[in-house]
Amino acid sequence: MVALNINGHSRDVDVAEDVPLLYVLRNDLELNGAKFGCGLAQCGACTVVVDGEAMFSCVTPVSSVEGAEIITVEGLGTERDPHPLQAAFIEEQAAQCGYCIAGMIMRAHTLLESNSSPSEDEIRQHMAPNLCRCGTHARIVRAVRRAAEMASAEEGRTPAREGADQ
Amino acid sequence: MNEMSHVTRRGFLAGGGAIVVAFSMHPSSAIGQEQEEPLPGSLDENPLLDSWIRINADGTVTVLTGKVELGQGIKTALVQIAAEELRVRPETIELVTADTDVTPDEGYTAGSQSMQDSGTAILNAAAQAREILIAEAAARLGVPADRLSATEGRVETSDGQGVTYGEIAGGRFLRYEALPTSPLSEPSQYTVVGKPIPRTDIPAKVSGGVAYVQDLRLPDMVHARVVRPPSHGARLRAVDVSRVEAAPGVLKIVQNGSYLGVIAEREEQAIRAMEMLAEEATWEKPETLPERDRVYSILQELPDEEKVIREGPTLESETTGDVLEATYLRPYQMHGAIGPSCAVGLSDENGMLTIWTHSQGVYPLRNSIAEMLRVPQSRVRCIHMEGSGCYGHNGADDAGADAALLAVAMPGRPVRVQWMREQEHAWEPYGSIMAMRVRARLNGDGRVGAWEFDVWSNTHSTRPGGAGLLMPAWHIDPPFIPPTPAEIPQPAGGGDRNSIPLYTFPEMRIVKHFVPTMPLRVSALRGLGAYGNVFALESFVDELAKNAGIDPVDFRLRHLEDERARDVITRCAERFGWAEADLSQGRGKGMGFARYKNLAAYAAVAVEVEVERESGGIRMIRAVAADDSGQVVNPDGIRNQIEGGIIQSASWTLFESVDFDNTGIISTDWNTYPILRFPDLFESVDVEVIDRPGAPFLGTGEAAQGPTAAAIANAVADAVGARVREIPLTPERVLAALEDES
Repeated sequence: MVALNINGHSRDVDVAEDVPLLYVLRNDLELNGAKFGCGLAQCGACTVVVDGEAMFSCVTPVSSVEGAEIITVEGLGTERDPHPLQAAFIEEQAAQCGYCIAGMIMRAHTLLESNSSPSEDEIRQHMAPNLCRCGTHARIVRAVRRAAEMASAEEGRTPAREGADQ
Repeated sequence: MNEMSHVTRRGFLAGGGAIVVAFSMHPSSAIGQEQEEPLPGSLDENPLLDSWIRINADGTVTVLTGKVELGQGIKTALVQIAAEELRVRPETIELVTADTDVTPDEGYTAGSQSMQDSGTAILNAAAQAREILIAEAAARLGVPADRLSATEGRVETSDGQGVTYGEIAGGRFLRYEALPTSPLSEPSQYTVVGKPIPRTDIPAKVSGGVAYVQDLRLPDMVHARVVRPPSHGARLRAVDVSRVEAAPGVLKIVQNGSYLGVIAEREEQAIRAMEMLAEEATWEKPETLPERDRVYSILQELPDEEKVIREGPTLESETTGDVLEATYLRPYQMHGAIGPSCAVGLSDENGMLTIWTHSQGVYPLRNSIAEMLRVPQSRVRCIHMEGSGCYGHNGADDAGADAALLAVAMPGRPVRVQWMREQEHAWEPYGSIMAMRVRARLNGDGRVGAWEFDVWSNTHSTRPGGAGLLMPAWHIDPPFIPPTPAEIPQPAGGGDRNSIPLYTFPEMRIVKHFVPTMPLRVSALRGLGAYGNVFALESFVDELAKNAGIDPVDFRLRHLEDERARDVITRCAERFGWAEADLSQGRGKGMGFARYKNLAAYAAVAVEVEVERESGGIRMIRAVAADDSGQVVNPDGIRNQIEGGIIQSASWTLFESVDFDNTGIISTDWNTYPILRFPDLFESVDVEVIDRPGAPFLGTGEAAQGPTAAAIANAVADAVGARVREIPLTPERVLAALEDES
């Protein structure tokens, strides 16, 4: 049994310790956001946030994140009540097939947590580990910039947002 | 197509009445009526209106299409078209995409034809359905039809008396045969078509909703993986399964000839079992591949089928003017979906097999799987679910075949199979290798006098039309053998796609050398031959312009009569600031143009690059494009496709080539097959969409690939005088070209 903290909820899963976190998220916890892309830490489709750091869940043994604070795209917001990052991706229509997008959002999330107004170049460098094949890169960069603007516009008006329910 | 037709409503009703009992999945044979005029788009193959449009009892509308969402935004565009002509709000429409039990058979979602085929069909079907609803409302209300109008799902008189679509026809099939012409709305009156309506699928995709076949999770589902041979042509000699059978979670090992798969309770157990099985298997591994370095000369030496697709004199006989010649090369390249191919299969207690698949053609896949399993087609159903973007024929159909082979071995439980990254890279069919030799005579007046173009390539489509084209079927016993490769004929063409320039050169001779022998597995990759051919011809046009001392944009325009072609070039150049661009040292500008297939969307792309002389490195500064896709349905959808096409083509053109040795593929992951990453991106990508109200829809999805490749090569040449004629434009090739120049 491994005790996990996912999107603010405690979840115990009965799996072997070396199972990659990705399979636990998708198959045991039924969270679709993180995707299998390569299983090799090369593409970022599986990116989730663990204790504030973007991690490749496809190569992260589940036991290594026991007790850590894990956030997936489902923990940011919902279709009806999207997080500013999700809202920005929708507003910029920053997806084609969209398979990489949840991973993109999670990697961008760690950037905006540490840098509320990143430069264009900082966004590109930060997003480098994540691959997109449809060529949506320009829109993704715009969406991250927009999210940063939305967040700074919101700052001072409302307190920092708590992780939404899944 | 904006022409208003004068179809009588009586005509509709009479035609409809005759075919009420004839509804079937094979309407064209069942109708038995002679059709004098072809019906618009895919209506010609599926002429019954209720194959496309159904009015539900609650007044909502179901629209059916045989095409599928590949990330190109087709669902949103088709809903816009239906909403416009039916005069309903888009959110009241549910769109059902390809399913062999439900939707029309529209073959493959390929060739940038969905808007032309399905979009045109739905546009016309919706307009005709609206008129039928008005006619029926007229009968109900006892009011002449010409005093009624349709708005927001309701037919009403000017004083507001009326009935809803649900009241008129709810739950009842509109069993009417479509007519050749439709009472289409005036484009100037459009309220939904032409608007940048947000894509309907994106909110779920950014919030973890079930969006892909990879996310399908059925009750009691089990997980499977396949052990592929170590190379194409390898055969399984022996495998000891005892250790794997005892591994945790393993439910079944499936062995059939050289086909080897394993089914387990959990996904990671299936992966571990696959790895163990691979260790236990021994293979006969013949050397079947040519030397990588000789691949282009082998291509041109192999026996070919030569076909002159445009007759003209050969340049050997020419004696006047300067004859220039250059050869351009395009390597094997990958689709490289970010999500490896996946499918779910379920063989139920009645012997029905259902496959959930991201195939681009559920009907051809159904037929091919039935042949592979030697069962009637009626026993197999294929349902499309989205996958990761495919950009052509990748492993989607093969994964469907895997799911079929594995599901029949485990009846009663849904079996999910997904390929590993290494399998996707090594086993998907690649975009074909190409060699293009161009010769031209330049007259003294700065005009091309004669043009000769020879292209050597393999086939550009091995999509499943039968079990022999499903890769897993090659490995079972007895195996299915792939048929002799065939080429797609002109005017669309395969390896010769876009090999005929749109330019008005007085003499042109275009020859296709189709090489049926294929050392590597190949099939349709976005643009097919157009990518290589446009790269070659648009590069050579620049070389000719330079030789003639004429600006490349002016040079193109002086050889172009097609007004729409001139427009995209002119507007792209204006938007780019071509004439006044004052570029710093080491920077260059380049343009590329094509009308995809010479039949679909027009696109011109201009780029600015910076080349570092010392390293040969190319940095992409900006890209500007102009596109003409006919009547615009969703301008942002078009813009997204062109932007994506430019960026993807930049990746192909700068970075990508499949590497292999005598026994197998070396490019088996993203380190050995690098693609564009964020730091490589242009600083800006800017697209102008030209609207042509009322003009036929022109497919957009593949329009930017070829022009972008040429624009980059031309910009590099403009920056440092180095002409690179082999894709990808690596730093080594730039340095070699610089050396050649000096």
